[in-house]
Amino acid sequence: MWLLAELTYACPLQCPYCSNPLQLPASRKRELSTGEWLRVMREARKLGAVQLGFSGGEPLVRQDLGELIAAADGMGFYCNLITSAIGLNEARIAEFREAGIRHIQISFQGSDRETNARFGGSDSFEHKLAMTRETIRQGIPLGLNFVLHRHNIHQVSDFLHLAEGLGAEFVELANTQYYAWALHNRDQLLPSAAQLEEAEAAANRFRQRHRGNMRALFVAPDYYERRPKKCSNGWGTTFITITPEGDVLPCQSARAIEGLEFPNVRQDSLENIWRGSSLFQKFRGTDWMQEPCASCPEKENDLGGCRCQAFLLTGDAHATDPICELSPEHHRVGDAIRAAQAHAEAGEDAVPLLFRNTANARKLATAEA
Amino acid sequence: MFDHTTAPFRLNPGYRLQYEEAQQCQVLLYPEGLVKLSDTAAEILGRCLEPITRERLIAELQRDYPDADSLSDDVREFLNDARRQDWIVAAED
Ligand code: SF4
Ligand code: SF4
Repeated sequence: MWLLAELTYACPLQCPYCSNPLQLPASRKRELSTGEWLRVMREARKLGAVQLGFSGGEPLVRQDLGELIAAADGMGFYCNLITSAIGLNEARIAEFREAGIRHIQISFQGSDRETNARFGGSDSFEHKLAMTRETIRQGIPLGLNFVLHRHNIHQVSDFLHLAEGLGAEFVELANTQYYAWALHNRDQLLPSAAQLEEAEAAANRFRQRHRGNMRALFVAPDYYERRPKKCSNGWGTTFITITPEGDVLPCQSARAIEGLEFPNVRQDSLENIWRGSSLFQKFRGTDWMQEPCASCPEKENDLGGCRCQAFLLTGDAHATDPICELSPEHHRVGDAIRAAQAHAEAGEDAVPLLFRNTANARKLATAEA
Repeated sequence: MFDHTTAPFRLNPGYRLQYEEAQQCQVLLYPEGLVKLSDTAAEILGRCLEPITRERLIAELQRDYPDADSLSDDVREFLNDARRQDWIVAAED
């Protein structure tokens, strides 16, 4: 079982595909304290969680990160840090190493300085390179994460060469998935089928030519699949996400579904929430399904797909994930692809990307009100 | 490429071996997940926390489990597998 600890939504970057909620909190005062995180981690450990991912926002913003890692390692967690590397330095890497961090994942927004700065909203490329090298030098297993969309997907091959040159062990070429900020910017981000095919071919060519030690994983965007993915490996089976303010979610984006009530670790124990809360029961197993999923022979394979995607694209969280070709709403996916294409042909600046920051979050909130 | 049949090896430092109450068995943890280990696998890997050679490992196990049949073949096979999956890596000197 995995515990994903979103320590804070604060982040010095502004990626337009960020999976954090569109409604960013105005203040960090309500974030869980060190003590509250320690309690939550102990409770998760008791439930059988062994993998722990520290993420955010940017988890390095939390000054108690080293302390949290040390405590978690002591409890028997396998600690992963998921970071943009902004806020990392040699001393902090050493501190985390000492504390027992097992794996660090550094994300890149582009394979060169300019692209990286354009999509991260900050000139951080050289720093990321330096921190990647330093993490490797200190002997901490490291993975690089390259988030792909229409404007950088042609850089796959460059990025793989860059990663290999740096000495990375593992690279994830993760296409943007369309939730939260990414969904808002979908017309500007979704790549074409041809772009996607070329990128995947580039990854395969690289794998064939370089039988080195570096593993590369290519994750396609759901929109071009014929069957959906299991919602976070099965709703309420594998993942527990805790938001900075202590809400407990079955997956990172579950707050997208309107009308659900989210239990909070300040009100109840993690065990009660995991076993008993209506939220975690709601989409466990297959009993909640509607047609065509309910009588589909494939229902155990994909559990009807992602509940958030079903809600976001059809307005009904019980519906078949429209990624599935058997969904009566599948045309919405094709519509989205065509809309993005039309946008690309109209020229990039017709509607600008909305970068993820508090000013834009405020703008969105006012527009909605 | 190191050869675990001759050179000393150790458990991959990126992996963590521990007993899990929830699974009631030893598990091996790595960045993307975990594998449950059989008692035999756990017994072998538990002896690879420090650098060790294949011959030493087999000798130790034969000493501690004198009644086990085909022990050395089983261990060899397991180590080949463990090597393929990067559970064991070259021991740095
Ligand atoms: S996606 Fe970008 S903006 Fe969002 S938390 Fe990660 S680094 Fe920050
Ligand atoms: S209809 Fe539902 S269960 Fe069947 S393949 Fe599609 S998503 Fe999966």
